[in-house]
Amino acid sequence: MAKNIIEKIWESHVVHREEGKPDLLYIDLHLIHEVTSPQAFEGLRLAGRKVRRPDLCFATMDHNVPTKDIYTVNDPIAKKQMSTLEKNCAEFGIQLAGIGHPDQGIVHVIGPELGLTQPGKTIVCGDSHTSTHGAFGALAFGIGTSEVEHVLSTQTLWQNKPKTMEIRVNGKLGFGVTAKDIILAIIAKWGVGLGTGYIIEYTGEAIRNLSMEERMTICNMSIEAGAKAGLISPDEKTVEFLRGRRFAPKEEFDKAAEYWLSLASDPGCTYDKVLEIDASEIEPYVTWGTNPSMGTGISGRVPTVDDYESETDKQALRKALEYMGLEEGQPITSIEIQHVFIGSCTNSRLSDLRTAAQIVKGRKVAPGVRAIVVPGSYSVKKAAEEEGLDKIFIEAGFEWRNSGCSACLGMNEDIIPSGERCASTSNRNFEGRQGAGARTHLVSPAMAAAAAIEGRFVDVRNYLKQEQQA
Amino acid sequence: MEPINIVKSVITPLDRKNVDTDQIISKEFLKRIERTGFGKYLFYHWRYDENGNENPDFVLNKPEYKGSQILVAQDNFGCGSSREHAPWAILDYGFRVIIAPSFADIFHNNCFKNGILPVKLKEEEVDEILAKGLQKPYTVEVNLTEQTVTGEDGAVYHFNIDPYYKEMLLNGWDEIALTFKYEDKIKAYEEKRIVFK
Repeated sequence: MAKNIIEKIWESHVVHREEGKPDLLYIDLHLIHEVTSPQAFEGLRLAGRKVRRPDLCFATMDHNVPTKDIYTVNDPIAKKQMSTLEKNCAEFGIQLAGIGHPDQGIVHVIGPELGLTQPGKTIVCGDSHTSTHGAFGALAFGIGTSEVEHVLSTQTLWQNKPKTMEIRVNGKLGFGVTAKDIILAIIAKWGVGLGTGYIIEYTGEAIRNLSMEERMTICNMSIEAGAKAGLISPDEKTVEFLRGRRFAPKEEFDKAAEYWLSLASDPGCTYDKVLEIDASEIEPYVTWGTNPSMGTGISGRVPTVDDYESETDKQALRKALEYMGLEEGQPITSIEIQHVFIGSCTNSRLSDLRTAAQIVKGRKVAPGVRAIVVPGSYSVKKAAEEEGLDKIFIEAGFEWRNSGCSACLGMNEDIIPSGERCASTSNRNFEGRQGAGARTHLVSPAMAAAAAIEGRFVDVRNYLKQEQQA
Repeated sequence: MEPINIVKSVITPLDRKNVDTDQIISKEFLKRIERTGFGKYLFYHWRYDENGNENPDFVLNKPEYKGSQILVAQDNFGCGSSREHAPWAILDYGFRVIIAPSFADIFHNNCFKNGILPVKLKEEEVDEILAKGLQKPYTVEVNLTEQTVTGEDGAVYHFNIDPYYKEMLLNGWDEIALTFKYEDKIKAYEEKRIVFK
């Protein structure tokens, strides 16, 4: 019978199945960071338990790390959290890419970079954006700290099998429209609860045409659609991305590649739900509200209460606009920004930085705008510097930082002040996400770069056209 | 983990949907390395103003709901980040039950690991309970064995729950200890696992 990739991976990882219980699933890769792991290691110690497979774990520091001077951690509690991870990894024999290590970076950037992420693997991490790794055809999902402890001690998890959903992105993307715009359009169209109880497979011509880095952007925000995980069937692009990576198979690479490609969804397979969207209709997106579904195309406007039927939705709009300091019906292009953040596990990879650099090259950041670029990993930073991207950003007036989660969630010092507005390439525009009272607008790296130059949101396609004509 | 079966208390009506874990516990409080002590930071930016004074309009600050153990909210409660600090804060504050039409997946799982009962009711039932609770303090009894929510006015609502998680909550079991019973199967799986060199 024709099977989809979700069913194939799930079935091949069942350790134990019994009526009335969730399945006991084996976990192939456990990624660890400083914020959601200390209580799990403490739990192991209190119960006198060991880490079952330290060889299947990999740890880094990303959430708390400073991005200016990486060795100066001013916050003593953050410092303690980082030193706790160092101690825990040493005690339990887990590889750690800590501060200053050449493999350090955002956990969802380094996993693929090192070739730890591979098709067919079950991958977990105490972080909701673990769905990123689904871009490789892995079943990857975020877990809580109790589950982190469970995986550390048993290398398994009890999981109810979610339903499966196909989101087919038909046709071709328009000029200047990116992967970020696809996923923001999907969430705006069907809402933040669209994927609750499901694992999503993204298919269709527009998805096939995306690079691996762009596919990661799509899968990354599956959690923003409420899905357990999001993935894309592996193809030749997946195989080529992994070839030669440090933790990818070596002498058996061809055999591995054959297996990976066999995991792709079979023609004629079915899903519990299928949604379709036409890529050619998607514009560059900007969110105006306090969850990722509150967004619209650059030519659009902030909605009005009359656009909603239920009192709960009208109330939600009023609350969002009050927090965001926006008026009903206001054109998106009239929104002025004071900050630009290019970074996060959604959009901080080399191709994201290249796109943004192309737009800011030879231009200047608008007066009154503070713009920062935070590469996703030490190795992204190094590669960007080898191409001279750092110089382009710095000449345009951007700050060029070290890698980490940074202003995506503002756990370090990279915080947006209350009442100020940020064009951000990150994934969440929740109240207070980038700092108490901070107002976040989610956009693609191209749109963020254009906003930095203009001081307000503009249609980046016009910018790119000028570029082509020049 | 503390077992849970019957919880009777006034409800705290939080009439919002898509309440995300950034609101439940803000990032500045995630740096602690313990599981306890998060209750005072629950809904911090809704509960307090910029100077740290209580916001009298926020439901948790209203005297009639003090001591409540049952939180009632709208759709997609607990969406966003996987931070287990969110259920830790909810539990530490004193809530044992959350009633909503739907929960985000990771948050839902996290509740079961911490002895918090997430009760899914139909949207119209939650609307009804919220309306009653917003009008005047409304007490309900949640009974996990019976899978019911019974209001002080005699209204009865039934809910479904996965039998595995029900057992776990009723008994306060340590899931890791349960999993160790399957160690032979884990070993057997590891022997046949596909690994490429």
